[in-house]
Amino acid sequence: MTAKDTKLPLRRIRKTLSPVVLALFALSVNAQADETLTKQVELEPAPAPGAEGYHQPPSLDDIPEGPFGDSVRNGREAFLNTLQHPVAKRFVGNKQNCGNCHLAGGLAANSAPMWGAWGVYPKYRGKNDQVNTMDERIRGCFTYSMNAGASEAGGPPEPDSQILKDLQAYFFWSAKGAPIGTNLPGRGYAAVPKPKNGFSVSRGEEVYKNQCSICHGSDGSGKFADDGRQIFPPLWGAGAYNWGAGMHRINTAAAFIKYNMPFGKASPVQKKAVLTDQQAWDVAAFVNSHERPQDPRWEGSKARTDEKWHDHQCLYNETVRGHTLGDGVKE
Amino acid sequence: MNGRYSFRCGLFGFSLLILSVPTTGAANEAGKKLAQQGGEGVQACSTCHGADGGGNAAAGWPRLAGLSADYMVHQLKSLADGTRSNPIMAPIASALSEQQRGEVAEYFASLKPPAKAPGGGVDQKVLKRGEVIAQRGDWQQGIPACTSCHGLKGQGVGDTFPSIAGQSAMYLQNQIKAWQSDSRHNDPNGLMASVAKRLSDKDSQAVTAWFASLPAEPSNSDK
Repeated sequence: MTAKDTKLPLRRIRKTLSPVVLALFALSVNAQADETLTKQVELEPAPAPGAEGYHQPPSLDDIPEGPFGDSVRNGREAFLNTLQHPVAKRFVGNKQNCGNCHLAGGLAANSAPMWGAWGVYPKYRGKNDQVNTMDERIRGCFTYSMNAGASEAGGPPEPDSQILKDLQAYFFWSAKGAPIGTNLPGRGYAAVPKPKNGFSVSRGEEVYKNQCSICHGSDGSGKFADDGRQIFPPLWGAGAYNWGAGMHRINTAAAFIKYNMPFGKASPVQKKAVLTDQQAWDVAAFVNSHERPQDPRWEGSKARTDEKWHDHQCLYNETVRGHTLGDGVKE
Repeated sequence: MNGRYSFRCGLFGFSLLILSVPTTGAANEAGKKLAQQGGEGVQACSTCHGADGGGNAAAGWPRLAGLSADYMVHQLKSLADGTRSNPIMAPIASALSEQQRGEVAEYFASLKPPAKAPGGGVDQKVLKRGEVIAQRGDWQQGIPACTSCHGLKGQGVGDTFPSIAGQSAMYLQNQIKAWQSDSRHNDPNGLMASVAKRLSDKDSQAVTAWFASLPAEPSNSDK
């Protein structure tokens, strides 16, 4: 499904209120946060690359010296090791790093590269009748994929804060030379058509045991070094992305898995897969048939939250193994 | 918690302590003896792997000191059953009982790895390329950063991903060749074989030289 956002009254209000009143109103809206943020919406699939291949980001050895380079480097460090970054970690309410869903530090084609995302923002979205910026989009990532509501800060970074500037400096740097406003080959994940007979959670469990559990653990809790640095991300439970994150959609997870997992076997830039389309969908369903932190857009009940926000391919409020999913989990 | 319960817990913990200390000690003694003096049909491990378990970098014999015990048990089993083919180690591993494998592995795991890096004398350009492969990978070739599974410092992660920092470059290169030729196929899910087959000889040389240039780090526990 396409998610059903509520139409916010901001635009109408803007027309009638004075700038001062509007500024006060904006402050109070910021405190509530979630609904003004870009959700992790499904985008058009990216086209296949031409003879010239995918966009090539500059070499990491060529990040310039000086304040801009420092910002790029800090953004990259926050991206790779979000959980231990002195600033970014304050906004992480689970055990995820940005680089878990964007492999190769967000530089690999078909692994949702940041150079692919950079040039498609700001983006107008009819659903919330707003022009959404990259700044808002990253705050959306913190809110859902990093479960910022349970973080030390209690929510995503403030708009236009230094950490968001640094992350954007890194994305901007990686997109050097890429056309703006273009759906670049290699952007996002390469879509995997839904198998004719759908998907099976129990078949997915077998795929998980054989292909995933070595790194992510049979209980989906991931692996961490002794100093707390994450080695492999948790896939469900309190350490995982929440019920509002794009990755909880089975089609999105299948697309990520197909050309990115198992890590070191699949090869996103070469678009090589090890799993079949069916296996990718099955294991995506199995992973997403487990509890994870609650959807921050919680509407008071699973049924209402499902109706309002989960009209897409996911298992929220579906009954699997005798349990109706969507209770959420906390640390 | 009430007083009686905590007393019982304490008593239970104390009896565990009494039971476990001599057993561990005995295992370590047996492992130490095997390592230093050998056993029936088994020559002393220290002959090739060094009295300190530091290995012999020039000969390509690996450091065992500080590696995960479960990892080494798995290797001994593989060397015996042929999923890791090695003409020198196969008869030795086969001669060891399951218990002996555990004992000798526990012994080497308990040793502190040598502080000095085994590598050296390698061209800086080669080392730089090695560092890039190790820390960033070469995604155009489908090669992820080695450190993403073996730990940021190559210290190893759990029982599955061994410590490769402070390991003989020749040994590491020989293993990459073994995966490439399928003479070693005892890695879980063929993860390492898949990466090894994408590594060029030049990059394999560079990345192994870089890991050999680092001192060994204590292996991470599995958690």
